[in-house]
Amino acid sequence: MLLGPALLLSAVLFTIGVAGVLLRRNAIVLFMCVELMLNAVNLTFVAFSQVLGLGGQVIVFFVMTVAAAEAAVGLAIILAVFRHTRSVDLKNINLLQG
Amino acid sequence: MTLSLIQAAADAPVPAGAVGWVWLAVALPLVGFLINGWLALTRPAAKTAVSVIGAGVLVAAFAVAAAIFVQLRGHPPEAPLIVELWRWIPSGGLDLRFSFQVDQLSTVMLLVVTGVGSLIHLFSIGYMRSDPGYARYFAYLNLFVAFMLVLVLGANLPVLFVGWEGVGLCSYLLIGFWFQDKANADAGKKAFLMNRIGDFGVLIAMFIIWWTLRSLDFVTIAERAPLRLAAGGAGVTAITLFLFLGCTGKSAQIPLYTWLPDAMAGPTPVSALIHAATMVTAGVYLVARTSTLFAMAPVSSALVAGVGAFTALFAASIGLRQYDIKRVLAYSTISQLGYMFLAVGTGAYVAGVFHLITHAFFKALLFLGAGSVIHALHHAYHATHSHDDAQDMRNMGGLRRYLPWTFALMLIATLAIAGIPPFAGFFSKDEILAAAFGRGESQPIWFLFWGMGVLAALMTAFYMMRLMAMTFLGESRVGAKEREHLHEAPWSMTGPLLGLGVLTVLGGLINLPVFAGGHAALEHWLEPVVAKAQDIMPLAMPHGQTEWLLIGGAVAIAVIGLLLGWKLTLARPILPAREAPPDTGFSLVLFRKYYIDELYDGLIVRPLVAISRFVLWKGVDQGLIDGVGANGSAALARGLGWVGSRLQSGQLGFYIVVFLIGAVWLLRAVAR
Amino acid sequence: MSAEVVFYLMAGFAVVSALLCITQRNIIASAMWLVSTMFSLAGIYVLLNAQFIAAIQVLVYAGAVMVLFLFVIMLLNVGRGGNDLRGAPVRLVAMLIGGALLAQLFFLGRVTPGGMAVLRGAAAGSGSPMDAFPAGQTALTAPAAQGVVGAIAEPLFRQYLVPFELTSLLLLTAAVGAVVLAKRKL
Repeated sequence: MLLGPALLLSAVLFTIGVAGVLLRRNAIVLFMCVELMLNAVNLTFVAFSQVLGLGGQVIVFFVMTVAAAEAAVGLAIILAVFRHTRSVDLKNINLLQG
Repeated sequence: MTLSLIQAAADAPVPAGAVGWVWLAVALPLVGFLINGWLALTRPAAKTAVSVIGAGVLVAAFAVAAAIFVQLRGHPPEAPLIVELWRWIPSGGLDLRFSFQVDQLSTVMLLVVTGVGSLIHLFSIGYMRSDPGYARYFAYLNLFVAFMLVLVLGANLPVLFVGWEGVGLCSYLLIGFWFQDKANADAGKKAFLMNRIGDFGVLIAMFIIWWTLRSLDFVTIAERAPLRLAAGGAGVTAITLFLFLGCTGKSAQIPLYTWLPDAMAGPTPVSALIHAATMVTAGVYLVARTSTLFAMAPVSSALVAGVGAFTALFAASIGLRQYDIKRVLAYSTISQLGYMFLAVGTGAYVAGVFHLITHAFFKALLFLGAGSVIHALHHAYHATHSHDDAQDMRNMGGLRRYLPWTFALMLIATLAIAGIPPFAGFFSKDEILAAAFGRGESQPIWFLFWGMGVLAALMTAFYMMRLMAMTFLGESRVGAKEREHLHEAPWSMTGPLLGLGVLTVLGGLINLPVFAGGHAALEHWLEPVVAKAQDIMPLAMPHGQTEWLLIGGAVAIAVIGLLLGWKLTLARPILPAREAPPDTGFSLVLFRKYYIDELYDGLIVRPLVAISRFVLWKGVDQGLIDGVGANGSAALARGLGWVGSRLQSGQLGFYIVVFLIGAVWLLRAVAR
Repeated sequence: MSAEVVFYLMAGFAVVSALLCITQRNIIASAMWLVSTMFSLAGIYVLLNAQFIAAIQVLVYAGAVMVLFLFVIMLLNVGRGGNDLRGAPVRLVAMLIGGALLAQLFFLGRVTPGGMAVLRGAAAGSGSPMDAFPAGQTALTAPAAQGVVGAIAEPLFRQYLVPFELTSLLLLTAAVGAVVLAKRKL
């Protein structure tokens, strides 16, 4: 049973995703790190499904669906912002200041 | 119908007869104030209406007073008759009623206020005729009489205090009547502020009385005080000392007397009514009203007598060297009030009230006479466009040829104030000095008070005769052109003078002592009122030979003073005011009133103003309340807002950091 | 080779790929390393008896989502110049937060079915731990009986039918939304 190590791997991948979100300024890369985090969570669910039942895998199914939808919409937003500000650098997207 | 309304409102039955209508005596002048006030605002030129209403209500009030007097004379009450008007402050243990108290003392005061007041109102019709503020004047004067009557009729201390404050207000309004001149407005302010210091004393005394005796009615206070307070103890002494502080303010004794000479800035009838006959006597009345308390506190009574005697001497000395005719009379008033306080401090309450009455007669006469003189000089100066001071005696002289009636009547008043029998002042002053002398045998310090009173009597005769000499006798210093315009006042003004003259001559009859063939009527009349106090602190009047010696001495001093005043004043020629050389040496000190005003200014007024400006205004108000409070809280809000706005940087990266910090923090609950 | 060795190999590959993903300057390189991470994870899914999920991972995630990412990257033509890693203070913060997070989650490495059974109330060391989890046993045996897809389909269309339908609605919304948002002129 690979429960423990799988969970640890998931934690590590999640942490790496968090660090990536903090470290990068490019919005698209930010998004990719968020996808990394989602993958880590998927791994957790799958690991537990060995013990707690197929419900875990079903949830992973849904998570993937939602992640795909979210990626589509989010990238559309980045496109729209790019048209306005000619850049995807986070430091230029600060219209909500104040 | 109104009477039954009052009966329905009051718990106690209204006394029958004229006494039940005592409220009318207050209501009439009040209505006069309202009507005249309305006329002053809407139709200031309606002088006839104002005259009729203004003087009419006073005469009507006097009629009510006379009716009450007649009724009481027929059935003298043993205890005061209370006429309750309405339930004023029912609060906790205090069930305060707005009630009037009709007894022998308040009836006497009622008669004096309305009687002398009526005469002065009639005089004012002629005196103030050409003044544009005619209606306003009568409105204020009516209001004053209303408040003064509330003061003397009050059955408890708060009602008295309402009248006390009200007369202070009217005094301020009338002193500053010609307020366009800043000096007059300042004089009004000074009077009001010094009175307020005294009022503080009365309030504290009321609080202590309530705390110890649980009642503010005069009747109840007189009953409970001997039972609940230790005679001579701290409680009674404190109460009486604070009450006396109020009296020094209202009745212009040391230390709160400096407002009275400045109050001469008001119209002369005002000086006659308020600052001679009525308002300033309120302090004496208060002591007589609370005589039981003062009798129980020998230390306070001694202080009262001492301050009174010293003030009498002090003020008389200043009067020796004043040149403004009204100022001499003002200091004379302060001095005579000192005599009254000497009387009530000694325990001779009847003598004090007696002197109050006689003083009202002759001092009002003196003031109105001075008003007549000033009126004549104003008229003359107006015709010749002169700018001399119409009140400076150095500009007068020899006026008896031009104003014979005024001269004659003022001479009668001078004799009265000096203490020449059989005029009014002789009997009252003699009784006071005799009482002081009598007490001296058991408490030697009273000999000192008696001595001060005798010396003051000498000075009184001197400065009054000086006044008469400078004004009416000798060579006239009035310019030749002005002399053509000098004439006696119209009968509207001379008439009341005559009335007061008659009262001055006959006033002594009120309390003619037994040795002179009288019945000591006032003494018997006031006996039920002061009996309790007399029991606690009995008088020791001298008898037999001592009595005659004192009387003879008093008359001798009066005559000597008058002669000296006459001769010494006319010994050297007097120059008109604009040419007169300034005084030197001790004369200068007297002329400058011992520099007391300057002393108060430097010691009290300037530090207070400085504290108000720098500490309270700049420091507390601007710095603390505005700066720290209002602006400070705004700055604090702004600062907090700034801190909050720093969080809204718009930087997504920053938001993520904060978010993750929060998330990590929340995980603490789960991760062990 | 035993399952554990394979697992550790793939795990290592995944971690290295992830690290390279977040540190590469070139965006395309970042995307490629992310694809690599996903492939490793797919392998691990197979080891964890979730074969269907592994297939879905490759098809949907690596095959569709990442392709979409690459399309957008190339459309916007970014990633040429400049270093878009944030400055030193943020790196410090990132390390701190990452360290804190890892420290908090580290205990997960010690979770075992036996420990979970004890939490469920079974006495320690009594029989097989999997006795406490009947659902888990079903998960292991179902693919053999119904096939890999059938094993997932049963709970999907039975218990989780409503979320399934809602997810389809969600996908519709996302599709419409993406089209509207990306239009040049509304």
